[in-house]
Amino acid sequence: MGVLGDAWTWLTTGANWSGTSGVWHRLGEHVYVSGVALVLACLVALPVALYLGHLGKGGALAINISNVGRAVPVFAVLALFMVSPLRNSGYVPTIIALVLFAVPPLLTNAYVGMREVDRAVVEAARGMGMSGRQVFVRVELPLAYPLIMTGLRSASVQVVATATIAAMVGQGGLGRIITAGFNTYNTPQVVAGALLVALLALFVEGALLLIDRLIDPGRRSASARSRPSQTSGATDAAGSPTTA
Amino acid sequence: MSAQGCLAANDWICGEYLRSRSQELTDATVQHIWITAVSVAIGLIVAFPLALLARSRPAFAGPVLGLTTLLYTIPSLAMFSLLLPFFGLSAGLVITGLVLYSLTILVRNIMAGLESVPEEAREAARGLGYGPARLLWEVELPLALPALMAGLRIATVSTVALTTVGSIVGKGGLGNLITDALTSFFKAQVLAASVLCVLLAVVADLLLLGVQRLLTPWTRAGGGRASRRARLPRRTDRAARPGGGGPSPEDGRATADDPVKAVG
Repeated sequence: MGVLGDAWTWLTTGANWSGTSGVWHRLGEHVYVSGVALVLACLVALPVALYLGHLGKGGALAINISNVGRAVPVFAVLALFMVSPLRNSGYVPTIIALVLFAVPPLLTNAYVGMREVDRAVVEAARGMGMSGRQVFVRVELPLAYPLIMTGLRSASVQVVATATIAAMVGQGGLGRIITAGFNTYNTPQVVAGALLVALLALFVEGALLLIDRLIDPGRRSASARSRPSQTSGATDAAGSPTTA
Repeated sequence: MSAQGCLAANDWICGEYLRSRSQELTDATVQHIWITAVSVAIGLIVAFPLALLARSRPAFAGPVLGLTTLLYTIPSLAMFSLLLPFFGLSAGLVITGLVLYSLTILVRNIMAGLESVPEEAREAARGLGYGPARLLWEVELPLALPALMAGLRIATVSTVALTTVGSIVGKGGLGNLITDALTSFFKAQVLAASVLCVLLAVVADLLLLGVQRLLTPWTRAGGGRASRRARLPRRTDRAARPGGGGPSPEDGRATADDPVKAVG
C-alpha cells in the first residue's frame, strides 16, 4: 500500500494540479490533441469507407489497412516524426500519428458495417423505387450504425491511449506526468499519472458507450424487444461483427 | 568516404550505421523477439482455461470478457507504470503487461472458435463414445483452430508493436534503440529500429500463417482429396465466417476480428 498511499498523496496535493506541467494543463493538452486527431480521422476515413461500402468495392483495401495499422508501433512513428523537421511544429507530429492510428478501425468498421447490411433489404428498398442516395441514407446507414459506432469507439479509446505515448518523445499530454516521474525516480508520481491516464481511458470508453446507446437509431424501434447484443457490454465493446 | 560521411551527416539511411552497430541491432531484436514470444505464449496458456471456463459456465463469460476488455482500455504506458511497484524495472513488468493485453484477443477468439464448432459434429463424436476431454482435443480444438490461429496472429502482431513501449523501463527491445536515438537526434537508428520492428511483425504473422496452414490442411485441401476428414471441417470453416466473409479464410478472419484495437 506504500506506493499507492504516496500516489494518493501526490494526487491530493493541489500544487501538482496547477501550472504548465500540472494535471489540468496536461489533461487539456491530452483532450485537445486526441479530439483534433479524432475529428480529422473521421473526416478522412468515414466518407471513404461509407462510399466504398455503398459501392461494395475495396474490401481488400479496408482489411489490409487495418492489418498494417496493427503492425506499426505508434512509438516508432512518433519517434520518426520527432527526428524529422516536423518536430518544431508543436502538436502536429502527435496529431498526424494519432490520425494514422485512428483511421484503420474507423475505415474497417464502417466498411464492414455497410457490407453486412442484409442484401435482401437493400434489394427490397431498390425495388420500392429508392434511389441510390435514398438507399444509402435511409437503409444502409441506419443498419450499419452499430458497427460504425463500434469503430468510432475503438478509435476514440485508441487515440486517447496512444496520446499517452506522445510523452515518450517529449510531446505534451497526460503521459508527461508518468515520464516526468520516471526521470526524477518519483514512483508515486508515476503511479498517480498512470492512474489518471487509465481513468481517463475508462471514462472515455464509458462516455462513448452511453452516447452510443442514447443516439442509436435502432433503439426506439427495438426498445420493446430485448436486444441480445446489449446483454453484455463486453461482447459489444469488442465489436466483433459476428455479434453486431 | 561517403559511407563514413553518412554518420556524420546524420542521414536517414546509413550503411555505415548498420555495419558498425550490427551487434547492438541484433541484441535489441533478440530481446524484442523473446519478450514478444514469452508474452504471447503465457497469454495463450492463461487464455485457454479462461475461455474454457467461460464456455462451460456462462455466468463466468460476462466477467471474463468484461475484465479482459477493461484491461485492454488501459493505455500501455499507464499499464507498465501501474505494474512498476510490483515488478520494478524488469522484463517481467513488460511481459505481464503484454500478457494482459493479449488475453483480450486470445480469449475472445478461442471462444468464438469453440462456438463455431457445429453441434452435429459434437453429437456425432458423443455418439461414437467420445468423452469430454477427447471431444475437446480431437474434435472441437481442430475445428476451432482457424479462429484460434487468427487470434494468435493478431495478438502477436500487436504485441510486437506494443513491446517498443517497454523501453520506458529499459526493456523494450528495438524500442530501446529508438529511445536512445531520440535524445541525440540519431535519424539512422530511429529509422532502422522502426523498420526492423515492422519487419518483425510481418515475419511473425507470416510464420504463424504457415503454422496455421500446416495444422489445418483441410482448409486448403480444395476438392482434391475427398477424405471424410477433409470434408467435415470445410463445411464448418464456411459456417464460421460471418456474412459470407471474403474470398479467402484470411479475409474472413480479418473482417471478423478487426475492431479489436491496437492500444499504442
